[in-house]
Amino acid sequence: MYKKTIAELAKGLRSGAFSSQELTQTYLNRIRQHQSLNCFITVTEEQAMAAAITADKRLATGDAALLTGIPLAQKDIFCTQGVKTSCGSKMLDNFIAPYNATVIEKFNAAGAVMLGKLNMDEFAMGSSNETSFYGPVQNPWDTTCVPGGSSGGSAAAMAAHLAAGVTGTDTGGSIRQPAALCGITGLKPTYGRVSRYGMIAYASSLDQGGPMTRSSEDAAIILQTMAGFDPKDSTSSEQAVPDYSVGLNNSLQGLKIGLPKEFFTADLNSDMAATIETAINEYKKLGAEVVEITMPHLKMAIPAYYIIAPAECSANLSRYDGVRFGYRCKDPVDLTDLYTRSRGEAFGAEVKRRILIGTYALSAGYYDAYYLKAQKIRRLITDDFTKAFTEVDVIMGPVTPSTAFAIGEKSNDPIQMYLSDIYTIAINLAGVPAMSIPAGFVNNKPVGLQIIGNYFSEARLLNVAHRYQQVTDWHQRTPKGFE
Amino acid sequence: MQDPTGQGQEHPEGHKYPEGHKWETVIGLEIHTQLATQSKIFSGAATAYGSEPNTQACAVDLGLPGVLPVLNEGAVRMAITFGCAIDAEIAPYSVFARKNYFYPDSPKGYQISQMELPIVGVGHMDIEVDGITKRIGITRAHLEEDAGKSLHEDFHGLTGIDLNRSGTPLLEIVSEPDMRSAKEAVAYMRKIHELVRYLAISDGNMQEGSFRCDANVSVRPKGQQAFGTRTEIKNINSFKFVEKAINYEVERHIDVLENGGRIIQETRLYDSVKDETRAMRSKEEANDYRYFPDPDLLPVIIDQQLLSDIRNNLPELPAAKKQRFKTDYQLDEDSATTLTSSRELADFYEAVVKRSGCDAKLCSNWVTGDLLASLNRENLDINAAPITHERFADLLARIHDNTISGKIAKQVFDEMWRSDASADQIIAAKGLQQITDSGEIESIIDKIIADNLDQVEQYRSGKDKVFSFFVGQVMKQSQGKANPAEVNKLLKAKLSN
Repeated sequence: MYKKTIAELAKGLRSGAFSSQELTQTYLNRIRQHQSLNCFITVTEEQAMAAAITADKRLATGDAALLTGIPLAQKDIFCTQGVKTSCGSKMLDNFIAPYNATVIEKFNAAGAVMLGKLNMDEFAMGSSNETSFYGPVQNPWDTTCVPGGSSGGSAAAMAAHLAAGVTGTDTGGSIRQPAALCGITGLKPTYGRVSRYGMIAYASSLDQGGPMTRSSEDAAIILQTMAGFDPKDSTSSEQAVPDYSVGLNNSLQGLKIGLPKEFFTADLNSDMAATIETAINEYKKLGAEVVEITMPHLKMAIPAYYIIAPAECSANLSRYDGVRFGYRCKDPVDLTDLYTRSRGEAFGAEVKRRILIGTYALSAGYYDAYYLKAQKIRRLITDDFTKAFTEVDVIMGPVTPSTAFAIGEKSNDPIQMYLSDIYTIAINLAGVPAMSIPAGFVNNKPVGLQIIGNYFSEARLLNVAHRYQQVTDWHQRTPKGFE
Repeated sequence: MQDPTGQGQEHPEGHKYPEGHKWETVIGLEIHTQLATQSKIFSGAATAYGSEPNTQACAVDLGLPGVLPVLNEGAVRMAITFGCAIDAEIAPYSVFARKNYFYPDSPKGYQISQMELPIVGVGHMDIEVDGITKRIGITRAHLEEDAGKSLHEDFHGLTGIDLNRSGTPLLEIVSEPDMRSAKEAVAYMRKIHELVRYLAISDGNMQEGSFRCDANVSVRPKGQQAFGTRTEIKNINSFKFVEKAINYEVERHIDVLENGGRIIQETRLYDSVKDETRAMRSKEEANDYRYFPDPDLLPVIIDQQLLSDIRNNLPELPAAKKQRFKTDYQLDEDSATTLTSSRELADFYEAVVKRSGCDAKLCSNWVTGDLLASLNRENLDINAAPITHERFADLLARIHDNTISGKIAKQVFDEMWRSDASADQIIAAKGLQQITDSGEIESIIDKIIADNLDQVEQYRSGKDKVFSFFVGQVMKQSQGKANPAEVNKLLKAKLSN
């Protein structure tokens, strides 16, 4: 039953084919069985079973939501009351969140079951899940490879059927890149579509939570619960949330797909390029029109991102000072010692690197040259997207330049690591929504197709992804050993 | 803020100023006033003062992972109200920024403030010193959150952190370097204090830290255009200390310069016990706050509707009220100034005039006289006066209708101060009602004339001064209750017989 879609599971729960308790137990067993993948930082077995009992009662009364009794897992970046919320860091290894993130509140209200908290790069900084204090996650398609990051635990858990659906967060590609590398479906919503309250901040103007699932249909169901205005998040949008499932089967006849020529250069591995081309041809068969477009500022996305994100993170991570919560060094002799050792001992190398970059970029005398310049580039990139969407309905391209790389391969080369997000970062800078869906394999490793839409066009993206998934079966493949 | 006044230029070195050289003082103030909102500027926690440590700090105030600030609209309205009252430009678009620094009572590691685009722009405030009116420029006023408090006592070498104050809204009001003496600085600070209380945007309580200032001080040779090097005295929380701290600092600057020294741009603390300032940190050690726009908060956009709403509902401001008191109540400058020194006192006065039906001047004398003297003696605020304006007005009404004399009224007032009784109850209980019955007064006079024939003789021989002796005797005999006008009339008649 763990291979069923969320819609099928919901049907099964209602028909009495199985209970939420049975379903939850099945997933908990699988999580235990595949512990070596290291997908979970915390498994909340007891709470999960208790939630399943409550869900079964609710299902019996007929007053259930679509997600009632469905076992999900949450990226360990969302604060969960009474449960350790580590953000993948030694700094928060002892942090039991005293409150729930808005997203968690929404899942709880819907009666979803939380199986546990998923591994991730430390404070969401990384593209391979190797910066996690809790160790790297293995990619179920090839356990010597990374699952991508930062939502690596989320993507691997979905590929291995360890939950019916999971959440991720995406600051520069952290949902889409691991989704692509693990062959699952991931959606980064429009900035402001999902509340950030209780989602531990990395780069506030870029962070956005979203669903990671087995299919576009499931992503629609989970996004439906996650999305919406939150008075606790000033940057969340008041725009009404549409029904994401209702238009999934809409025809793609006449859909205009833009292919930015900047996406299809020598940087893209030729096998990858061929796979993407095959996927695009599938869309042509579905009635879509394809045009080449140009987005001249895309090439500046990585440098701009690596100023803006570290700048914001340098301030966001100042609160981890050993004073009120989180790690505190042993026997500090004075305040400076408390600060420097607590932070020095508890933050990993990548987090420190970004704090240093950000602090430098904001310093007196450098602010204009770096931070302001990066903001100007961000504006130009945004304009590229705005202009493109006057010509086309969606933009398509690769998610990553290559398939999953080996654990350890890039961990000592930050620049190579940063370049693995070359196709995803511009989307966060512009704030538009984008998906990654499975589009084939290269050397038995999954390849993702990226579909980018205009602001608040999630319903359209889900529709475009769903129609493709109706005529292909890439998203239904399961890695060997995880059937 | 760093160098908001532009007083940063160094004076050419190696120049020894002769002793007795004419110096001019230059002062700019940064006033921090806590806004009287019910909840904090970015969270729903209460702002009340004096609660148990850390009981008024929610997840947002504690800076827990994942929390986000949400701007309190009330604080924005109050900032705009202030801006309108000082005739300032209100920014249609203002931005909150993060000011980064590490300190245990700053839970996020940054303070949310405004840097490049403050909500209130250029305005001004008129002050009066020694009868001369002077206009002080106000550069800007911006919103920010207050920090918590570090408690160094009672923790045996450790430091306790109380985050109740964390997130309390502050309006920082930055003046131009327009003041030329400590006296002017105090006058300006008093005017701002009076204004924020008039506008009801702050309780202005200086003991509780709701109103405090940083003073930027420099001196320059008279006639020189360029500013001298400034020092900044931090966190002064009384008018008296502002004056003393500035005077100390000015003397120190002059001393240093006349001895061939050089002023170092630095931050200093005023020690009120030793009456001196001490260096805290120099410009070289100063923090680089790395301001940048806070991505958690949207820009504040003020629409014209809100602006005109606030503008049209501004309360009467001190200057206008004073003018009106002078015109409507025929008060002199001093009385009008005193009575309009706070909105509460002015309201009290007007309520008394209305209810008592007395002459406005009489009311003014009583409010600025006995009432204020008693309040000052017991160090009370008008809001804490033991006599309400109703009871006070009823007392004055008894003077007005001749039930008691002004002198007896003082006695009744003292009694009222100590009890809840009304003026009428006290007058009745103590039999203080004025004697106006001429028969009763006549019989007292007759007895006094009979007992003091010598004095009668003197008066009749032209010694007019003896008349007051008789008045005194009558008042004494009647225990002050005889109607003075009646006494005069009858005495004159009897003595001339």
